[in-house]
Amino acid sequence: MTVKPLAILISLLATAIPGAAARAHAFLDHSLPPVGGTVATAPTEVLMFFTQPIEPAFSAATLSGADGQAIATQAAATDLQNPTELVLKLPPLTPGHYKVSWHVVSVDTHRTEGTFSFDIQP
Amino acid sequence: MQPNRLAAAAALTALPLLAPLPAKAHGFAGERFFPATLLTDDPFVADEMSLPTMTLDPKAVDGSQTFGLDFDVSKRLTPDIGITLSQGWQHLKAPGMPGVMGLTGFSSELDWQFFTNAPHEATAMVGLHSSWAHTGRVQALGADDFTTLSPLVDFGKGFGDLPDNLPWLRPIAVTGNLSLDAPTKTESAGNLHPNNFNYGFAFEYSLEYLQHHVKDVGLAPPFDHMVPLVEVSFSTALNRGAAGQTIGTVQPGIIWSGQYMQIGAEAIIPVNRQTGHGLGAIVQLHFYLDDIFPNSFGVPLFGGK
Repeated sequence: MTVKPLAILISLLATAIPGAAARAHAFLDHSLPPVGGTVATAPTEVLMFFTQPIEPAFSAATLSGADGQAIATQAAATDLQNPTELVLKLPPLTPGHYKVSWHVVSVDTHRTEGTFSFDIQP
Repeated sequence: MQPNRLAAAAALTALPLLAPLPAKAHGFAGERFFPATLLTDDPFVADEMSLPTMTLDPKAVDGSQTFGLDFDVSKRLTPDIGITLSQGWQHLKAPGMPGVMGLTGFSSELDWQFFTNAPHEATAMVGLHSSWAHTGRVQALGADDFTTLSPLVDFGKGFGDLPDNLPWLRPIAVTGNLSLDAPTKTESAGNLHPNNFNYGFAFEYSLEYLQHHVKDVGLAPPFDHMVPLVEVSFSTALNRGAAGQTIGTVQPGIIWSGQYMQIGAEAIIPVNRQTGHGLGAIVQLHFYLDDIFPNSFGVPLFGGK
């Protein structure tokens, strides 16, 4: 392959990429409480912000305690004002170590998943 | 992804449009994202393309040096079976001689990703790599006049399943390759072609995994999508007068992964005199076709996403 066709191919791809905006895998960008963070008071919800809009029907999150047992919560839901945000409402929590498990499907149908922990100070 | 792999873009234009279903595609095992590595093979099938991979090799024993441009494309036939096609172009400059350039040969690979364990972030794949005879400049660049078949095993393991009290170790991942070269011709113009045992590993520390799965340490873009890594690859001859001779490189570098593409750069350090001397470098632009074209190029030909 000579350099000129190569440059043309790269140009074509660079043209194609902006056309695919708001697609691709949705990665967790940040959360509240923060990933691996410690908070002084028990949060009433976990907010997860993703890099892409997600499909509410195929996106969910669960909470478990330090013993690995699931803790009942409301079903996670997306924020109607922000399709990149997943909200998990929490029951009253006591100080301790908690793990959030999430899976989302981006609007172009790519599935991603992850976990993260947070601690509530005694 | 190995450099010498080729693209058959024309064949891909005939891909059917399939109904969208939840898809995973490129290098995921559970919550672990494996970037496409530059030296060693990736342990997963994918819809991806490297365009280009630019390599300045360390100087050879005779003082000659090569610069290469490689192009490869990987396509999933089914969600677990994929092919990779590769082609290289090379400029060779030997001391006191005019430079020569041309194609270095066409290769293909058929892979089956037979194992993925999401909780343990593990994946494994078997395949057959083939470098094809007379598809490059044989006399000028030393391209092969014989076909070599190389059965292979690739694997990857992330360490995100370590306990929470080992947070700084959880971003680590290791991928590896084992393969055996079986040339279809034992000798060309007086040169013997031994069977070779090839083995390589990539040791990765994912800042993306650290920031977004383990602990928010405040990394901002682009650092929160970087993977520092060290790749090593060796090839040991097994017979035909060269038994025990080993060549290889150690390649420290970094990969940045975005939504649609990644950029990787590594230094090339030869492990011994037979491999070369001095430093080389490799830079690769790599595109995630399943993200760029999620409803056409980016889906398997058969079996849905």
